[in-house]
Amino acid sequence: MINIDLIQQTAEYLMQKAAIEIPEDYHAGLKRAAEDEENELPSFVLKVMLDNYEVAKEDRCAMCGDTGVPRWFVKLGNEATVEGGMFALEKALRSATAKATNGVPLRPNRVHPLWRTDHNNNVGIGAPEIEYGFEPEGEWIDLITVHKGGLFGTDYRMLFPSDGIQGIKRFYLDSLMAFGKRGLACQPAIIGIGLGGSKDTCMTLGKRASTLRTVGSRNSDPKIAEMEDEFKELGNSIGMGAMGFVGKNMVVDCNIEVGYCHTGGMPMSVHAFCLSSRRAVARIFPDGRVEHRTDPDWFTPYQRRETVEWEPNKELARESS
Amino acid sequence: MSLREIRLSTTPTSDAINELRLGDIVYLDGLMYTAREGVYMRALEDKANIPMDLPSQSAANFHCSPAARINDDGSFDMGAVTATASFRFAKWLPEWFDKTGAKIIVGKGGMTSKDYKDYFVPNGAVYLSTVGYGTGALLGRGIEKVEAVHWNEELGLAQAMWVIKCNKMGPFIVASDLNGDCLFERENAKIAKNISKAYEGTKPAVLKRYGETDDRSDELI
Ligand code: SF4
Repeated sequence: MINIDLIQQTAEYLMQKAAIEIPEDYHAGLKRAAEDEENELPSFVLKVMLDNYEVAKEDRCAMCGDTGVPRWFVKLGNEATVEGGMFALEKALRSATAKATNGVPLRPNRVHPLWRTDHNNNVGIGAPEIEYGFEPEGEWIDLITVHKGGLFGTDYRMLFPSDGIQGIKRFYLDSLMAFGKRGLACQPAIIGIGLGGSKDTCMTLGKRASTLRTVGSRNSDPKIAEMEDEFKELGNSIGMGAMGFVGKNMVVDCNIEVGYCHTGGMPMSVHAFCLSSRRAVARIFPDGRVEHRTDPDWFTPYQRRETVEWEPNKELARESS
Repeated sequence: MSLREIRLSTTPTSDAINELRLGDIVYLDGLMYTAREGVYMRALEDKANIPMDLPSQSAANFHCSPAARINDDGSFDMGAVTATASFRFAKWLPEWFDKTGAKIIVGKGGMTSKDYKDYFVPNGAVYLSTVGYGTGALLGRGIEKVEAVHWNEELGLAQAMWVIKCNKMGPFIVASDLNGDCLFERENAKIAKNISKAYEGTKPAVLKRYGETDDRSDELI
Protein backbone atom coordinates (compact mmCIF):
# COMPACT_ATOMS: atom_id res chain seq x y z
CA MET A 1 0.00 0.00 0.00
CA ILE A 2 1.37 3.42 -0.96
CA ASN A 3 1.25 6.01 1.81
CA ILE A 4 -1.12 8.89 1.02
CA ASP A 5 0.90 11.54 2.87
CA LEU A 6 3.94 10.59 0.84
CA ILE A 7 1.87 11.02 -2.31
CA GLN A 8 0.77 14.50 -1.34
CA GLN A 9 4.23 15.56 -0.21
CA THR A 10 5.77 14.28 -3.43
CA ALA A 11 3.08 15.97 -5.50
CA GLU A 12 3.81 19.33 -3.83
CA TYR A 13 7.50 18.94 -4.55
CA LEU A 14 6.78 18.03 -8.20
CA MET A 15 4.63 21.13 -8.63
CA GLN A 16 7.51 23.30 -7.48
CA LYS A 17 10.12 21.44 -9.50
CA ALA A 18 8.08 21.64 -12.71
CA ALA A 19 7.58 25.39 -12.36
CA ILE A 20 11.23 26.16 -11.63
CA GLU A 21 13.53 23.64 -13.32
CA ILE A 22 13.56 23.16 -17.07
CA PRO A 23 13.82 19.44 -17.96
CA GLU A 24 17.28 18.43 -19.15
CA ASP A 25 16.17 17.15 -22.58
CA TYR A 26 14.49 20.42 -23.56
CA HIS A 27 17.35 22.44 -22.11
CA ALA A 28 19.89 20.51 -24.18
CA GLY A 29 17.71 20.97 -27.27
CA LEU A 30 17.56 24.72 -26.73
CA LYS A 31 21.31 24.92 -26.21
CA ARG A 32 21.82 23.18 -29.55
CA ALA A 33 19.43 25.67 -31.13
CA ALA A 34 21.36 28.59 -29.62
CA GLU A 35 24.65 27.27 -30.98
CA ASP A 36 23.25 26.72 -34.39
CA GLU A 37 21.30 29.98 -34.82
CA GLU A 38 23.03 32.44 -37.12
CA ASN A 39 20.69 35.40 -37.08
CA GLU A 40 21.36 38.18 -34.63
CA LEU A 41 17.91 38.82 -33.15
CA PRO A 42 16.89 35.21 -32.50
CA SER A 43 20.41 34.45 -31.24
CA PHE A 44 19.98 37.15 -28.63
CA VAL A 45 16.52 35.82 -27.75
CA LEU A 46 17.78 32.25 -27.33
CA LYS A 47 20.58 33.43 -25.08
CA VAL A 48 18.12 35.32 -22.89
CA MET A 49 15.96 32.18 -22.68
CA LEU A 50 18.94 30.13 -21.49
CA ASP A 51 19.89 32.81 -18.94
CA ASN A 52 16.33 32.79 -17.66
CA TYR A 53 16.47 29.09 -16.72
CA GLU A 54 19.59 29.73 -14.66
CA VAL A 55 17.99 32.64 -12.85
CA ALA A 56 14.85 30.63 -12.10
CA LYS A 57 16.94 27.87 -10.52
CA GLU A 58 19.14 30.26 -8.56
CA ASP A 59 16.28 32.39 -7.29
CA ARG A 60 13.94 29.40 -6.87
CA CYS A 61 11.20 31.24 -8.71
CA ALA A 62 8.95 30.19 -11.56
CA MET A 63 10.75 30.28 -14.93
CA CYS A 64 7.80 32.03 -16.58
CA GLY A 65 5.32 34.41 -14.98
CA ASP A 66 2.56 32.57 -16.75
CA THR A 67 2.82 29.31 -14.89
CA GLY A 68 0.42 27.55 -17.23
CA VAL A 69 -2.39 25.24 -16.24
CA PRO A 70 -1.11 22.55 -13.87
CA ARG A 71 -2.45 19.08 -14.60
CA TRP A 72 -1.71 15.50 -13.59
CA PHE A 73 -1.08 12.24 -15.36
CA VAL A 74 -1.13 9.26 -13.05
CA LYS A 75 0.10 5.84 -13.99
CA LEU A 76 -0.35 2.77 -11.84
CA GLY A 77 1.28 -0.61 -12.01
CA ASN A 78 -1.31 -3.37 -11.95
CA GLU A 79 -0.59 -4.31 -8.33
CA ALA A 80 -0.47 -0.78 -6.94
CA THR A 81 -2.83 0.20 -4.13
CA VAL A 82 -3.16 3.62 -2.60
CA GLU A 83 -3.97 4.23 1.05
CA GLY A 84 -7.50 5.64 1.13
CA GLY A 85 -8.13 4.61 -2.47
CA MET A 86 -8.48 6.71 -5.60
CA PHE A 87 -10.67 9.26 -3.85
CA ALA A 88 -7.85 10.03 -1.43
CA LEU A 89 -5.40 10.22 -4.34
CA GLU A 90 -7.45 12.83 -6.19
CA LYS A 91 -7.87 14.88 -3.04
CA ALA A 92 -4.11 14.79 -2.44
CA LEU A 93 -3.38 15.98 -5.98
CA ARG A 94 -5.91 18.81 -5.74
CA SER A 95 -4.51 19.88 -2.36
CA ALA A 96 -0.95 19.78 -3.64
CA THR A 97 -1.93 21.95 -6.61
CA ALA A 98 -3.58 24.54 -4.37
CA LYS A 99 -0.75 24.55 -1.85
CA ALA A 100 1.99 24.93 -4.45
CA THR A 101 0.09 27.78 -6.12
CA ASN A 102 0.41 29.83 -2.97
CA GLY A 103 3.78 28.42 -2.02
CA VAL A 104 6.03 28.86 -5.09
CA PRO A 105 4.04 31.14 -5.94
CA LEU A 106 2.34 30.18 -9.20
CA ARG A 107 -0.11 32.37 -11.01
CA PRO A 108 -3.72 31.47 -10.20
CA ASN A 109 -4.60 30.96 -13.85
CA ARG A 110 -7.70 28.84 -13.52
CA VAL A 111 -11.00 30.66 -13.73
CA HIS A 112 -14.61 29.76 -14.50
CA PRO A 113 -15.08 30.11 -18.28
CA LEU A 114 -18.17 32.31 -17.96
CA TRP A 115 -18.10 33.96 -14.54
CA ARG A 116 -14.29 34.25 -14.44
CA THR A 117 -14.41 33.19 -10.79
CA ASP A 118 -10.85 32.64 -9.54
CA HIS A 119 -10.25 30.57 -6.41
CA ASN A 120 -6.65 31.84 -6.45
CA ASN A 121 -5.35 28.28 -6.18
CA ASN A 122 -5.59 26.73 -9.67
CA VAL A 123 -8.34 24.38 -8.49
CA GLY A 124 -11.90 24.46 -9.82
CA ILE A 125 -14.40 22.49 -11.84
CA GLY A 126 -12.38 19.92 -13.79
CA ALA A 127 -9.14 21.58 -12.72
CA PRO A 128 -6.51 20.28 -12.42
CA GLU A 129 -7.18 17.56 -14.98
CA ILE A 130 -6.21 14.13 -13.69
CA GLU A 131 -5.74 11.42 -16.29
CA TYR A 132 -4.89 7.78 -15.70
CA GLY A 133 -2.90 5.05 -17.35
CA PHE A 134 -1.96 1.54 -16.30
CA GLU A 135 0.88 -0.88 -16.81
CA PRO A 136 0.48 -4.68 -16.64
CA GLU A 137 3.00 -5.08 -13.83
CA GLY A 138 4.23 -3.16 -10.80
CA GLU A 139 3.30 -1.96 -7.33
CA TRP A 140 4.34 1.63 -7.96
CA ILE A 141 2.50 4.78 -8.89
CA ASP A 142 3.91 7.40 -11.27
CA LEU A 143 2.92 10.99 -10.65
CA ILE A 144 3.50 13.28 -13.61
CA THR A 145 2.68 16.95 -13.51
CA VAL A 146 2.64 19.08 -16.63
CA HIS A 147 2.23 22.85 -16.51
CA LYS A 148 1.43 23.60 -20.10
CA GLY A 149 1.12 27.21 -21.10
CA GLY A 150 0.15 28.81 -24.33
CA LEU A 151 -3.19 29.93 -25.69
CA PHE A 152 -1.60 29.76 -29.13
CA GLY A 153 -0.17 26.90 -31.11
CA THR A 154 -2.92 24.32 -31.01
CA ASP A 155 -5.34 23.30 -33.73
CA TYR A 156 -7.52 20.39 -34.83
CA ARG A 157 -8.75 19.36 -38.23
CA MET A 158 -10.61 16.41 -39.70
CA LEU A 159 -8.51 15.24 -42.61
CA PHE A 160 -9.34 12.25 -44.81
CA PRO A 161 -7.26 9.37 -46.10
CA SER A 162 -7.04 11.02 -49.52
CA ASP A 163 -5.33 14.04 -47.92
CA GLY A 164 -2.32 11.81 -47.34
CA ILE A 165 1.04 12.86 -45.98
CA GLN A 166 1.06 16.04 -48.09
CA GLY A 167 -2.19 17.12 -46.45
CA ILE A 168 -0.77 16.38 -43.01
CA LYS A 169 2.29 18.47 -43.82
CA ARG A 170 0.16 21.36 -45.01
CA PHE A 171 -1.90 21.47 -41.82
CA TYR A 172 1.26 21.21 -39.72
CA LEU A 173 2.83 24.13 -41.57
CA ASP A 174 -0.39 26.13 -41.32
CA SER A 175 -0.38 25.73 -37.54
CA LEU A 176 3.24 26.83 -37.31
CA MET A 177 2.63 29.82 -39.57
CA ALA A 178 -0.50 30.87 -37.74
CA PHE A 179 0.96 30.79 -34.25
CA GLY A 180 4.67 31.22 -34.87
CA LYS A 181 4.36 34.76 -36.18
CA ARG A 182 5.42 37.29 -33.55
CA GLY A 183 6.44 34.22 -31.55
CA LEU A 184 2.97 33.80 -30.10
CA ALA A 185 3.66 30.10 -29.55
CA CYS A 186 6.75 31.00 -27.48
CA GLN A 187 8.87 28.84 -29.73
CA PRO A 188 11.20 26.99 -30.05
CA ALA A 189 8.60 24.42 -29.06
CA ILE A 190 8.11 20.71 -28.80
CA ILE A 191 5.45 20.14 -31.43
CA GLY A 192 3.12 17.23 -30.72
CA ILE A 193 0.99 15.81 -33.49
CA GLY A 194 -1.95 13.51 -32.82
CA LEU A 195 -3.11 11.41 -35.74
CA GLY A 196 -6.24 9.29 -35.60
CA GLY A 197 -8.43 8.39 -32.67
CA SER A 198 -11.78 10.11 -32.24
CA LYS A 199 -11.92 13.90 -32.14
CA ASP A 200 -11.28 14.05 -28.39
CA THR A 201 -8.63 11.32 -28.33
CA CYS A 202 -6.93 12.94 -31.32
CA MET A 203 -6.49 16.08 -29.23
CA THR A 204 -5.34 13.98 -26.28
CA LEU A 205 -2.78 12.11 -28.39
CA GLY A 206 -1.28 15.34 -29.71
CA LYS A 207 -1.20 16.91 -26.26
CA ARG A 208 0.52 13.85 -24.86
CA ALA A 209 2.93 13.70 -27.80
CA SER A 210 4.10 17.22 -26.96
CA THR A 211 4.08 16.99 -23.17
CA LEU A 212 4.77 13.35 -22.27
CA ARG A 213 7.60 12.63 -24.71
CA THR A 214 11.09 14.03 -24.41
CA VAL A 215 13.19 15.91 -26.96
CA GLY A 216 15.13 13.29 -28.92
CA SER A 217 12.72 10.42 -28.28
CA ARG A 218 11.34 8.64 -31.33
CA ASN A 219 8.13 6.73 -32.01
CA SER A 220 8.63 2.96 -31.91
CA ASP A 221 7.22 2.66 -35.43
CA PRO A 222 10.30 3.33 -37.61
CA LYS A 223 8.26 4.95 -40.36
CA ILE A 224 6.64 7.35 -37.93
CA ALA A 225 10.07 8.02 -36.42
CA GLU A 226 11.25 9.05 -39.89
CA MET A 227 8.29 11.38 -40.23
CA GLU A 228 9.21 12.97 -36.90
CA ASP A 229 12.70 13.75 -38.20
CA GLU A 230 11.34 15.06 -41.45
CA PHE A 231 8.70 17.24 -39.79
CA LYS A 232 11.21 18.73 -37.40
CA GLU A 233 13.38 19.74 -40.31
CA LEU A 234 10.41 21.01 -42.31
CA GLY A 235 9.29 23.23 -39.43
CA ASN A 236 12.76 24.69 -39.11
CA SER A 237 13.04 25.30 -42.84
CA ILE A 238 10.32 27.97 -42.87
CA GLY A 239 12.88 30.55 -41.86
CA MET A 240 10.99 31.61 -38.74
CA GLY A 241 12.80 31.44 -35.41
CA ALA A 242 12.36 32.53 -31.82
CA MET A 243 9.81 35.34 -31.42
CA GLY A 244 8.92 34.99 -35.09
CA PHE A 245 12.14 36.70 -36.13
CA VAL A 246 13.96 35.51 -39.22
CA GLY A 247 15.77 32.44 -37.96
CA LYS A 248 16.12 28.69 -38.16
CA ASN A 249 14.82 27.37 -34.86
CA MET A 250 11.07 27.00 -34.53
CA VAL A 251 10.81 23.34 -33.59
CA VAL A 252 13.00 21.80 -30.88
CA ASP A 253 11.47 18.45 -31.72
CA CYS A 254 8.38 16.99 -33.34
CA ASN A 255 6.66 14.01 -31.73
CA ILE A 256 3.88 12.09 -33.42
CA GLU A 257 1.45 9.71 -31.72
CA VAL A 258 -1.23 7.70 -33.45
CA GLY A 259 -4.46 5.92 -32.53
CA TYR A 260 -6.81 3.86 -34.63
CA CYS A 261 -9.58 6.00 -36.16
CA HIS A 262 -12.74 5.65 -38.24
CA THR A 263 -11.96 4.02 -41.58
CA GLY A 264 -13.17 7.05 -43.51
CA GLY A 265 -11.21 9.71 -41.62
CA MET A 266 -7.76 10.88 -40.54
CA PRO A 267 -8.22 13.43 -37.76
CA MET A 268 -5.15 15.46 -36.87
CA SER A 269 -4.21 17.74 -34.00
CA VAL A 270 -1.17 19.96 -33.46
CA HIS A 271 0.10 21.14 -30.07
CA ALA A 272 3.05 23.29 -29.06
CA PHE A 273 4.83 22.83 -25.74
CA CYS A 274 6.50 26.21 -25.32
CA LEU A 275 9.91 27.26 -24.12
CA SER A 276 8.61 26.62 -20.61
CA SER A 277 8.21 22.91 -21.30
CA ARG A 278 7.38 22.17 -17.70
CA ARG A 279 7.05 18.61 -16.52
CA ALA A 280 8.20 16.63 -13.49
CA VAL A 281 7.83 12.98 -12.65
CA ALA A 282 8.21 10.73 -9.62
CA ARG A 283 7.66 7.02 -9.08
CA ILE A 284 6.52 6.12 -5.58
CA PHE A 285 6.84 2.60 -4.19
CA PRO A 286 4.95 0.95 -1.31
CA ASP A 287 8.18 0.75 0.74
CA GLY A 288 8.42 4.57 0.72
CA ARG A 289 11.04 4.92 -1.99
CA VAL A 290 10.58 7.91 -4.34
CA GLU A 291 12.46 8.07 -7.64
CA HIS A 292 12.48 11.41 -9.44
CA ARG A 293 12.94 11.84 -13.16
CA THR A 294 11.90 14.20 -15.98
CA ASP A 295 10.99 11.62 -18.64
CA PRO A 296 7.34 10.63 -18.15
CA ASP A 297 7.99 7.43 -20.14
CA TRP A 298 4.27 7.34 -20.83
CA PHE A 299 4.31 5.70 -24.25
CA THR A 300 5.47 2.23 -23.28
CA PRO A 301 4.91 -0.71 -25.64
CA TYR A 302 1.83 -1.50 -23.56
CA GLN A 303 0.32 1.97 -24.19
CA ARG A 304 0.83 1.46 -27.92
CA ARG A 305 -0.48 -2.12 -27.97
CA GLU A 306 -2.34 -3.08 -31.13
CA THR A 307 -4.39 -6.14 -30.35
CA VAL A 308 -6.63 -7.74 -27.70
CA GLU A 309 -4.00 -9.86 -26.07
CA TRP A 310 -0.92 -8.50 -24.36
CA GLU A 311 2.08 -10.76 -24.28
CA PRO A 312 4.90 -8.83 -22.69
CA ASN A 313 7.52 -11.44 -23.44
CA LYS A 314 6.73 -11.53 -27.10
CA GLU A 315 6.80 -7.75 -27.18
CA LEU A 316 10.22 -7.69 -25.53
CA ALA A 317 11.52 -10.29 -27.95
CA ARG A 318 10.34 -8.24 -30.89
CA GLU A 319 11.95 -5.09 -29.52
CA SER A 320 15.34 -6.67 -29.03
CA SER A 321 15.37 -8.44 -32.38
CA MET B 1 25.30 45.47 -36.96
CA SER B 2 25.21 44.55 -33.35
CA LEU B 3 22.31 45.24 -31.02
CA ARG B 4 22.25 48.54 -29.13
CA GLU B 5 21.61 48.48 -25.39
CA ILE B 6 19.72 51.39 -23.83
CA ARG B 7 18.63 52.33 -20.29
CA LEU B 8 15.25 54.06 -20.33
CA SER B 9 13.22 55.75 -17.62
CA THR B 10 9.57 54.77 -17.23
CA THR B 11 8.84 58.51 -17.30
CA PRO B 12 10.89 59.13 -20.45
CA THR B 13 11.57 62.40 -22.22
CA SER B 14 10.31 62.70 -25.77
CA ASP B 15 13.91 62.80 -26.92
CA ALA B 16 14.63 59.48 -25.29
CA ILE B 17 11.65 57.90 -27.06
CA ASN B 18 12.65 59.48 -30.33
CA GLU B 19 16.09 57.89 -30.04
CA LEU B 20 14.73 54.34 -30.04
CA ARG B 21 15.19 52.18 -33.13
CA LEU B 22 13.51 48.89 -34.01
CA GLY B 23 15.46 46.02 -32.49
CA ASP B 24 17.17 48.10 -29.77
CA ILE B 25 17.52 46.31 -26.44
CA VAL B 26 16.06 48.32 -23.57
CA TYR B 27 16.30 48.12 -19.77
CA LEU B 28 13.78 50.08 -17.69
CA ASP B 29 14.17 52.13 -14.50
CA GLY B 30 11.36 53.59 -12.42
CA LEU B 31 7.75 52.72 -11.67
CA MET B 32 5.73 50.54 -14.04
CA TYR B 33 2.15 49.38 -13.59
CA THR B 34 0.33 46.35 -14.95
CA ALA B 35 -2.94 46.94 -16.77
CA ARG B 36 -4.81 44.50 -19.00
CA GLU B 37 -8.49 43.84 -19.77
CA GLY B 38 -9.63 44.00 -16.14
CA VAL B 39 -8.02 47.38 -15.44
CA TYR B 40 -9.04 48.80 -18.83
CA MET B 41 -12.66 47.83 -18.34
CA ARG B 42 -12.78 49.17 -14.82
CA ALA B 43 -11.07 52.45 -15.63
CA LEU B 44 -12.58 53.11 -19.07
CA GLU B 45 -15.95 51.41 -19.07
CA ASP B 46 -16.90 51.61 -15.38
CA LYS B 47 -15.13 54.98 -15.11
CA ALA B 48 -13.45 54.14 -11.81
CA ASN B 49 -10.78 56.57 -10.66
CA ILE B 50 -7.29 55.31 -11.44
CA PRO B 51 -5.53 54.98 -8.07
CA MET B 52 -2.23 56.45 -9.34
CA ASP B 53 -1.03 59.77 -10.54
CA LEU B 54 -0.42 59.16 -14.25
CA PRO B 55 1.76 59.87 -16.14
CA SER B 56 3.82 61.71 -13.52
CA GLN B 57 4.42 58.55 -11.49
CA SER B 58 4.72 56.26 -14.47
CA ALA B 59 4.20 56.36 -18.22
CA ALA B 60 4.83 52.63 -18.64
CA ASN B 61 1.98 50.13 -18.93
CA PHE B 62 2.89 46.44 -18.70
CA HIS B 63 0.50 43.87 -20.21
CA CYS B 64 1.17 41.34 -17.56
CA SER B 65 -0.10 39.41 -14.63
CA PRO B 66 2.61 38.24 -12.29
CA ALA B 67 3.04 35.00 -10.40
CA ALA B 68 2.55 36.70 -7.05
CA ARG B 69 1.12 36.25 -3.61
CA ILE B 70 -0.29 38.64 -1.01
CA ASN B 71 0.86 37.53 2.42
CA ASP B 72 -1.34 37.55 5.50
CA ASP B 73 0.51 40.62 6.82
CA GLY B 74 -0.35 42.50 3.62
CA SER B 75 3.14 42.32 2.12
CA PHE B 76 3.72 40.97 -1.38
CA ASP B 77 5.88 38.29 -2.91
CA MET B 78 6.42 38.42 -6.60
CA GLY B 79 8.24 35.69 -8.44
CA ALA B 80 8.22 35.64 -12.19
CA VAL B 81 6.59 38.26 -14.40
CA THR B 82 5.68 37.49 -17.98
CA ALA B 83 3.80 39.56 -20.52
CA THR B 84 0.57 38.49 -22.11
CA ALA B 85 -0.31 38.92 -25.80
CA SER B 86 -1.10 42.59 -26.42
CA PHE B 87 -3.11 42.54 -29.64
CA ARG B 88 -6.28 41.81 -27.65
CA PHE B 89 -6.07 45.14 -25.87
CA ALA B 90 -5.81 47.40 -28.92
CA LYS B 91 -9.40 48.57 -28.70
CA TRP B 92 -8.89 50.20 -25.29
CA LEU B 93 -5.60 51.90 -26.07
CA PRO B 94 -6.70 55.20 -27.67
CA GLU B 95 -8.73 56.10 -24.62
CA TRP B 96 -6.06 54.76 -22.31
CA PHE B 97 -3.39 56.97 -23.89
CA ASP B 98 -5.72 59.94 -23.50
CA LYS B 99 -6.38 59.27 -19.89
CA THR B 100 -2.93 58.24 -18.69
CA GLY B 101 -0.38 59.80 -21.03
CA ALA B 102 1.39 56.45 -21.34
CA LYS B 103 4.53 56.55 -23.48
CA ILE B 104 5.68 52.97 -23.20
CA ILE B 105 3.51 49.90 -23.67
CA VAL B 106 5.27 46.70 -22.68
CA GLY B 107 3.87 43.33 -23.66
CA LYS B 108 4.03 40.24 -25.78
CA GLY B 109 3.94 40.15 -29.58
CA GLY B 110 3.26 43.80 -30.25
CA MET B 111 0.41 45.29 -32.22
CA THR B 112 -0.11 46.11 -35.89
CA SER B 113 1.61 48.99 -37.67
CA LYS B 114 -1.87 50.44 -38.15
CA ASP B 115 -2.34 50.56 -34.37
CA TYR B 116 1.08 52.15 -34.02
CA LYS B 117 0.35 54.79 -36.64
CA ASP B 118 -3.17 55.50 -35.39
CA TYR B 119 -2.67 55.52 -31.60
CA PHE B 120 0.96 55.27 -30.62
CA VAL B 121 2.65 57.84 -32.85
CA PRO B 122 0.16 60.69 -32.16
CA ASN B 123 0.77 60.13 -28.45
CA GLY B 124 4.53 59.89 -28.81
CA ALA B 125 4.47 56.33 -27.52
CA VAL B 126 6.34 53.16 -28.45
CA TYR B 127 5.91 49.46 -27.88
CA LEU B 128 8.52 47.35 -26.11
CA SER B 129 8.29 43.58 -26.32
CA THR B 130 9.56 41.24 -23.65
CA VAL B 131 12.27 38.91 -24.99
CA GLY B 132 11.40 35.30 -25.73
CA TYR B 133 8.31 35.95 -23.62
CA GLY B 134 8.64 33.11 -21.13
CA THR B 135 11.60 34.72 -19.42
CA GLY B 136 9.79 35.93 -16.32
CA ALA B 137 12.41 34.83 -13.81
CA LEU B 138 14.96 37.10 -15.42
CA LEU B 139 12.54 40.03 -15.50
CA GLY B 140 11.74 39.32 -11.84
CA ARG B 141 15.34 40.22 -10.99
CA GLY B 142 14.73 43.72 -12.29
CA ILE B 143 11.99 44.32 -9.77
CA GLU B 144 13.44 46.25 -6.89
CA LYS B 145 10.18 46.35 -5.01
CA VAL B 146 6.46 45.79 -5.37
CA GLU B 147 5.12 49.23 -4.48
CA ALA B 148 1.41 48.49 -4.36
CA VAL B 149 -1.41 46.41 -5.70
CA HIS B 150 -4.68 48.13 -6.57
CA TRP B 151 -8.13 46.72 -7.33
CA ASN B 152 -7.07 43.31 -6.18
CA GLU B 153 -10.39 42.79 -4.36
CA GLU B 154 -12.41 43.79 -7.39
CA LEU B 155 -10.35 42.10 -10.12
CA GLY B 156 -8.43 39.25 -8.49
CA LEU B 157 -4.67 38.74 -8.32
CA ALA B 158 -4.16 38.10 -12.02
CA GLN B 159 -6.05 41.16 -13.27
CA ALA B 160 -5.15 43.58 -10.47
CA MET B 161 -3.09 46.72 -11.07
CA TRP B 162 0.37 45.93 -9.72
CA VAL B 163 2.84 48.77 -9.31
CA ILE B 164 6.46 47.69 -9.46
CA LYS B 165 9.70 49.55 -9.07
CA CYS B 166 12.10 48.59 -11.85
CA ASN B 167 15.83 48.66 -11.55
CA LYS B 168 17.45 47.85 -14.87
CA MET B 169 14.52 45.60 -15.62
CA GLY B 170 14.83 43.80 -18.91
CA PRO B 171 15.77 43.02 -21.53
CA PHE B 172 13.00 44.36 -23.75
CA ILE B 173 13.11 44.84 -27.53
CA VAL B 174 11.89 47.98 -29.27
CA ALA B 175 9.07 46.70 -31.49
CA SER B 176 7.67 50.01 -32.74
CA ASP B 177 9.15 53.44 -33.34
CA LEU B 178 7.86 56.97 -33.84
CA ASN B 179 7.41 56.31 -37.57
CA GLY B 180 4.87 53.69 -36.59
CA ASP B 181 7.01 50.92 -38.07
CA CYS B 182 6.59 47.44 -36.67
CA LEU B 183 9.52 45.09 -36.01
CA PHE B 184 7.39 41.95 -36.30
CA GLU B 185 5.87 43.00 -39.61
CA ARG B 186 9.33 43.73 -40.94
CA GLU B 187 10.41 40.19 -40.00
CA ASN B 188 7.18 38.67 -41.38
CA ALA B 189 7.80 40.30 -44.72
CA LYS B 190 11.27 38.76 -44.92
CA ILE B 191 9.96 35.33 -43.97
CA ALA B 192 7.09 35.56 -46.47
CA LYS B 193 9.52 35.33 -49.36
CA ASN B 194 10.50 31.84 -48.36
CA ILE B 195 7.14 30.36 -47.40
CA SER B 196 6.23 28.85 -50.76
CA LYS B 197 9.36 26.72 -50.63
CA ALA B 198 8.36 25.11 -47.34
CA TYR B 199 4.86 24.46 -48.72
CA GLU B 200 6.13 22.92 -51.95
CA GLY B 201 4.34 19.66 -52.73
CA THR B 202 1.78 19.95 -49.93
CA LYS B 203 -1.85 20.12 -50.92
CA PRO B 204 -4.95 21.79 -49.51
CA ALA B 205 -7.31 19.63 -47.46
CA VAL B 206 -10.05 17.87 -49.42
CA LEU B 207 -12.69 19.24 -47.04
CA LYS B 208 -12.50 23.03 -46.92
CA ARG B 209 -13.20 25.22 -43.91
CA TYR B 210 -14.90 28.57 -43.84
CA GLY B 211 -11.68 30.45 -43.52
CA GLU B 212 -10.75 34.04 -43.14
CA THR B 213 -7.47 33.83 -44.99
CA ASP B 214 -5.46 31.39 -47.10
CA ASP B 215 -2.65 33.83 -47.62
CA ARG B 216 0.23 32.65 -45.41
CA SER B 217 1.88 36.04 -45.45
CA ASP B 218 -1.20 37.35 -43.62
CA GLU B 219 -1.35 37.57 -39.86
CA LEU B 220 -4.29 36.36 -37.81
CA ILE B 221 -4.26 39.03 -35.13
S1 SF4 C 1 3.50 30.08 -23.82
FE1 SF4 C 1 4.88 29.21 -22.25
S2 SF4 C 1 6.71 30.48 -22.18
FE2 SF4 C 1 5.08 31.61 -23.27
S3 SF4 C 1 4.13 32.89 -21.71
FE3 SF4 C 1 2.94 31.00 -21.84
S4 SF4 C 1 3.84 29.60 -20.33
FE4 SF4 C 1 5.29 31.27 -20.65
